[in-house]
Amino acid sequence: MTGNDVVLALVITTGLGFDFTNGFHDTGNAMATSIVTGALRPRLAVAVSALLNLVGAFLSTAVAATIAGGLVNSHDVTLTVVMAGLTGSILWNLTTWFLGIPSSSSHALIGGVVGATMAAAGGSAVKWQGLVSKVIVPAALSPVIAGVVAALGTYLVYRLTRGVSEDSQRHGFRLGQIGSACMVSLAHGTNDAQKTMGVITLALIANGTLSAGAKSPTWVIASCAGAIALGTYIGGWRVIRALGKGLVEIDAPQGMTSESASAAVILSSTDFGYSLSTTHVATGSILGAGVGRKGAVVRWQIANRMVVAWLLTLPAAAVVGALAYWGADGIGGTAGVVAIDVVLVLAAIAFYAASRHPAVTPENVNAAWTGSVVPRAARRSGP
Amino acid sequence: MNSWINLDALWKIIVVGVLVGAGLPALFAIGVRALNPPARTDRAAATPPAAGPIGYLVAAVCFAVVLAAIGWGVSVIVSHR
Repeated sequence: MTGNDVVLALVITTGLGFDFTNGFHDTGNAMATSIVTGALRPRLAVAVSALLNLVGAFLSTAVAATIAGGLVNSHDVTLTVVMAGLTGSILWNLTTWFLGIPSSSSHALIGGVVGATMAAAGGSAVKWQGLVSKVIVPAALSPVIAGVVAALGTYLVYRLTRGVSEDSQRHGFRLGQIGSACMVSLAHGTNDAQKTMGVITLALIANGTLSAGAKSPTWVIASCAGAIALGTYIGGWRVIRALGKGLVEIDAPQGMTSESASAAVILSSTDFGYSLSTTHVATGSILGAGVGRKGAVVRWQIANRMVVAWLLTLPAAAVVGALAYWGADGIGGTAGVVAIDVVLVLAAIAFYAASRHPAVTPENVNAAWTGSVVPRAARRSGP
Repeated sequence: MNSWINLDALWKIIVVGVLVGAGLPALFAIGVRALNPPARTDRAAATPPAAGPIGYLVAAVCFAVVLAAIGWGVSVIVSHR
């Protein structure tokens, strides 16, 4: 095994690591509302979502090669650039997960790769127009569209079921909610698993293993599908709780309308050539479902916090990606790539350790919202 | 302007989003409503009213349309190369 093979192996495992964080970061997009309304038990919900992500990842591989190719000049991309980009995206994903903020994994990935490319080859290596038209404009529009659709749907649903007893209403809409949440999971698998496939394929091309313009090999598709499914199954309970309990107090009809709006917007934009962030759409929909119901609790300060995190995602991941590139480049060669990988693993362990005390788990994910992601312990102390 | 924002795709997304994303839940709600007619105030609340044959028919049509739309959604995902 030459030094380059070591680097390639590290880049691929780090890519799969990112895919894993992508999975658990985004479980909440599809399943948060079903978990908080009790339509599905928490562990069953994440299992169903994981399975559908796995299936979805195999169903379609259209976006795979475009993710990095349309945004940066691929001949400026080296293995070190990919590695540094992945480092930036994983660290930002872990930070936002720890804080319970549903930020976009796609933006983290794009930000990391763009930042590392800029550090390596300067600003001219970035296709700015592609970045604005394919990433920034959809990111600004999609949560608004999804929110309006969900608000309209919620209004109609409550209007049409006036007079139906709360029990039969809940029973019916829980079923509908499961269906719509499954659609979002499937769509997520087709969208997000492909982004990692694209990055790993890019690394293989950069290494010369594949020729330029090659499709993702089957083992890349299978391992990415597995990584995102495993991540989804682990479940990002912090993000699930923030979305399902923190942002809006969700009832079954709202859960169904918000997931339907998400599925409709994600699928139609995939079909019409907009690639967008599942996270932004899902958050916009949940917010819309809160606005559309008279008297619903919507916590705007939490929504503000999420929007701030969205605005920060691209630049923050880019800065970390650039720093990682300079670090690896400064040390040089294989040692440099190994060094940032070690730093990344240590940081991941630190985040994991910090998240255990106290932890958000399937058992306490639905506890009453007391102003923080981590549920307050059962003891009844003062405010 | 057009190279920075794809207006053609945008309006289609809005139309499909509203029709499917809000329309289907509304249809589903009509189905739920048809299965659970409102209780009459003049009767004792002990026995909840049951849906008549028309109620069942309306509900069946609504749910069938919703299911067909889900099938369409899956086929969109699969056929997307």
